[in-house]
Order: sequence, then structure tokens, then C-alpha cells
Amino acid sequence: MGALWFLLAAGGVARPGEWSGQATLENFGFAQNGQSERQESHVVSFTVQPEYYVEWDGGRQSFTFEPFWRYDHEDSERSHLDIRELTWLKAADRWELRLGVRKVFWGVAESVHLVDIINQTDLVENLDGEEKLGQPMINFAWIESWGTAEIFLLTGFRERSFPGHDGRLRTPIIVDDDLARYESGAEEERLDWALRYGHTVGAWDFGASYFSGTSREPLLQPDRNAAGETVLAPFYPVIDQLGLDVQGTFGSWLLKWESTYRRDFGDRDFLAAVGGFEYTFFDLRGTGIDIGLLGEYLYDERGEDATNPFDDDVFVGTRLALNDTWSTELLAGVVIDGSGGGNFVNVEGQRRITDHLTLSLEYRAFTGTEAEDPLHAFRDDDHFRLEAGWYW
Amino acid sequence: MKVFWILSGLMAATMAFALTPEARRGLEIAREADTRDLGFGDFTADMEMILTNRQGKSSTRILRNRTLEQENDGDKLLVLFDNPRDVKGTAFLAFTHRQGPDDQWLYLPSLKRVKRISSGNKSGPFMGSEFAYEDLTSQEVDKYRYRFLGTENLNGIEAFKLERRPVDPKSGYTRQLVWYDQKEYRIYKIEFYDRKDALLKTLTYEGYQQYLGKYWRADRMFMQNHQTGKSTELRWKKYDFRTGLSDRNFDRNALKRAR
Repeated sequence: MGALWFLLAAGGVARPGEWSGQATLENFGFAQNGQSERQESHVVSFTVQPEYYVEWDGGRQSFTFEPFWRYDHEDSERSHLDIRELTWLKAADRWELRLGVRKVFWGVAESVHLVDIINQTDLVENLDGEEKLGQPMINFAWIESWGTAEIFLLTGFRERSFPGHDGRLRTPIIVDDDLARYESGAEEERLDWALRYGHTVGAWDFGASYFSGTSREPLLQPDRNAAGETVLAPFYPVIDQLGLDVQGTFGSWLLKWESTYRRDFGDRDFLAAVGGFEYTFFDLRGTGIDIGLLGEYLYDERGEDATNPFDDDVFVGTRLALNDTWSTELLAGVVIDGSGGGNFVNVEGQRRITDHLTLSLEYRAFTGTEAEDPLHAFRDDDHFRLEAGWYW
Repeated sequence: MKVFWILSGLMAATMAFALTPEARRGLEIAREADTRDLGFGDFTADMEMILTNRQGKSSTRILRNRTLEQENDGDKLLVLFDNPRDVKGTAFLAFTHRQGPDDQWLYLPSLKRVKRISSGNKSGPFMGSEFAYEDLTSQEVDKYRYRFLGTENLNGIEAFKLERRPVDPKSGYTRQLVWYDQKEYRIYKIEFYDRKDALLKTLTYEGYQQYLGKYWRADRMFMQNHQTGKSTELRWKKYDFRTGLSDRNFDRNALKRAR
């Protein structure tokens, strides 16, 4: 009886579980026809993403469930269901343990996310690589005065999602994920792992990470599928990757650095880095408006052989926040290829309409791309994307 | 060590001498008000923020606050956003400092990203409200220079009237006029003067309640902007002191899982 009383006391006031979530209606408008006749210039789709959260033990334990569903009227490869989160968490004074499916983000840069490697990119969702598939894991964190050290055991691999024949923003030859191949004999069942150490010292926040396992990014190799078509087959090699991310915060300046060294991916081991700054003019002339200037340099040791378009590129951008009742914000930027291989223009704006409704508009353009640049595949895919988000 | 104490004692003495009698009295009152609020340990409270525009149309934000007192520095602060629903799950962590810039982090739930953010934003509006960031962060004594202006009867309350000038050049104000009640040293009213020294806003405090038999907190704070006609009301609810929060509830790991 005494023990039971103690347990109840430790539990404190239990908060009931709660449902929240969001649903979005998305409208794509492409400026030109696609390279394939099967591609439409106007695409409508929607998503539903509810979330259930419950905590007990005075907030030291919790359970989160967050499924995600997208329906895309045109591209059946883009219609998909995923579990973004299904996690049990236990937080103690010196450690935290998480079991289940989660999303983990590492990094500081704006234009690319180099060190972020735990989750697979849900590429059909967004080209920017910020949308991720849920990753099953066991995650243990030691929290000490000298920083936080974490170990991740990644139990099960997720394949990257790719647009199908009817999808836009894809390679001219489609990627057929039915032909996915692995270096590891265990295929998707290989146990991958990662370590991370992170700390804050004064103005500096930094993290060092190590990943060993099946690469989240596949190498794409020409192949022929069951229907006899020429397609690209994803090959997932086993890699090691060392990562470093640093941010210095000095008044209105943010200084950012991310770098990775990756082994056993393709023909050569390589270094990739992104470094830059963000400077903000707060409350410009007493109007309440903030204007930020961003600049980053993107480097990849593989140069023209890089599997992404950003080997020697400069990103410049500006962030505008009106700080009004509707939280109106705008981010505009361009990534310029150093060797004239093409530019990527990105403009994102957002505004709240009511307490439950927001509107966002995205414009993306691929200009002056040359045949050898990976961005060339999207040369006819300049588009607007209007999204209405309903939150509850 | 002894030499250090003697030196710092001397410095404090000379600094006090350098102040005019009005400045000395002003600093005394500000220090007394600060001292009376020491030792609360930690507290949590819910906050409703009602924004009203010139046409009388209003919208509401709902936040939850957790504050932890620090022995020799400014408070640690964790703010959780519940409404509007699109920012639900966003969390803000600040280590305020008596001197120098604060350390601030923001957690963005959609990306699961913790971002260290600049604390250079003093005068900008907080969540589109009439409260600037500097109006809401912890009010450390050292952040102002004071001048005692006399006593005044403020709607039946015998009050001390002080002028305070922000030390930080990034502040949006040249000066503020502050009214404390003489009995308990609680702030009842603040007038804010903009960079051109024109009256910008008036903040009034209502419904003071005492917690743990010592600490006073207002249930309502009302900020009127005289230049735009907009106003913001803060309604504080569910004040709870000494809830057992520790530094561990105010680190980057806690920020990621705070609900």
C-alpha cells in the first residue's frame, strides 16, 4: 500500500492524453508542361497528420503517436502512408531513453542539411530534404555538465521515396524503388548505429557525430525493370560518416558551419562542407519588422562528380518577418553554381488567416542549368505551390 | 581574496557617491523591489494574451511559462506555445543574464529542430503583441539607470514614482516612468517613451495576489499603445510556486521534449 501511494505521488497530477494535428490542401502549378506527356501542370493533393500525446510519471514518461498520410491525385508514388512518430520516452535526471519510431534533426545551415543523417528523406514530399520518414530506433542520451552524449541503434532501414511516372520534379528516367539493392546482405534489416556529442559553451553550440550503416542517400544506376523499361535502380552502400556542426551566436550575427567526411560511398571518400552567416536587422526603424541576410558557401570535394548539385555553390538569401498578428514571413534565396551550372531560386511565404488556418506560398525555379548539372532534370519544373493548412 | 572584497567595496562606495541623491533613492527602491522577490525558487503559470487592434478586433494566444531562479544570475525561462494552433508545440528557452546578452533557443516541432537564436531583438514585438521582448524578459536591476521623482497618489495608492533609463543601446525606449506602491514595492504602472521621447505605451497591473505569503503576482497586465491604438492584455492563471523544477528542466534536451 505504501509503495502504491509512493507511485501515485511520483506520478503527480496526470494530464489526460491529447489529440492535435494538421491537415493540408496543396496546389501545384507548373509554368511549363513536363518532359513526359504523363505529367500534369496542375496537381492537387492533401495530407492528414494527427498526433496523440500522453505523459505520466510527472512528465518524465510520455508516449507519442503521429501517423501521416498524403493523397496525390496524379502520382501514385507520392500517395503514401507513414508513421512519423511512435515513441515511448523516459527522462531521468542524468539520462533519457527513447524507444520507437522518431525523427531526429542535426545541423545548423539553411541551404543544405549535410550532417543530418538519422532519418531517410521523404523526397516525394519536398525537394528540400526537410521532410523525413519515421526511423525505428533505440536512443539513449547521457546528460552531463560536460554535454550530451547519445547513442542511436537504428533498427530497420527506410528506402527513399521517389516520384513515379506521373510525378513532377523527378529525373527524366524514373527511379524504380522495386529494384532497390543493398551492399549489406541483411538488406533493410541491417542494424545501423550512430553516436553524437553536443554541447553549448558560451556563444558556441556544437555537435560531433559518427554514423555507421546503410547510406540514406542511394547511388542511382541505370537498369531495366520487369516491364522492360530503362529505369534508375537505387543502390544503398554501407558507409561511415563523420559530421561536425557549429554555430556561434554573437548579437545579431549567427555564424554557421557544417561538414561531413563520408567513406565507402561511390568511387572515393569525400569531404563536404557548408559555412556561412545570418545577420538580422531587428525592429527596423521601429516598425517591428525584422530583415535577415543570409550567405552560405557550399562545397563538395567530388566537384562535378558530386551526387548533389551543390559542389561549389553560393547561397544568398533574405528573411523577412513582419511580426504582425498573422506572423507574416518570407524567405527568399538563390543557390548559384560556382561554375555556371545553373541556379536554384526558392521563395517561401507564410501567413496566418485564423487561429486554425494558415496559407503558404512557395515559388521554385531552376534557371540556366547545364546538361551535366543534376538540377538540369528540373529545368521544366518551375512552379508555385499554394498550401492551406488546418491545425487543431 | 580579501583585497578583492576591499576593492569591490570601495568601488561600490565610490559609485554610490557618484550618484545624485535622486539616483541613489531610485536605485534603492528598485533594489528593494528586487530583493522582496528573491527566493521564490521556481514557478509555473499559464498566460493568455489578448491582442486587440484599433478596430476592436481581437485574437488570443495561449502560452505556458516555467521560470527557475538562479543563485547569481538572471532567471531561466521556458515558454510553451499552445495557441494559435499552427505554433502549438513550439518552445522557447532563455538563460537571462544580469549583464551581457541572454542565451536563447527555439524548438521548431515540425522539423524537430533546436535553433540557437539571437537575443539581439529587444524592441521588436513579441508574437505580434504590444509587448516588446524587453518588456517580458527578466527585469534585472542592472539593466536600468534610476532616478527618484517623488511620491504620488495613483488612483488611491500611495506610490513611489521613478524614472528608469535602459542601459542597452538597442532598447526601443529612451526612458520609462514606473510607479511602485510604497507598502509592498509592487509595480502598478509603467509609461514607455520611444526613441524620440514621445509617450509610446502605458502598462497597468491589476489583481495582485500573494503566493507563499511573500511573492506578489498580478493577474492582469494591460498594455495600451498610444501611437497605434492597439492594445494587449495578459491574463495570468494557475500560478504555482516551488513545483520542484531544476536546471535539468531548462536545458536543450528538455526543450526538445517539453509539452
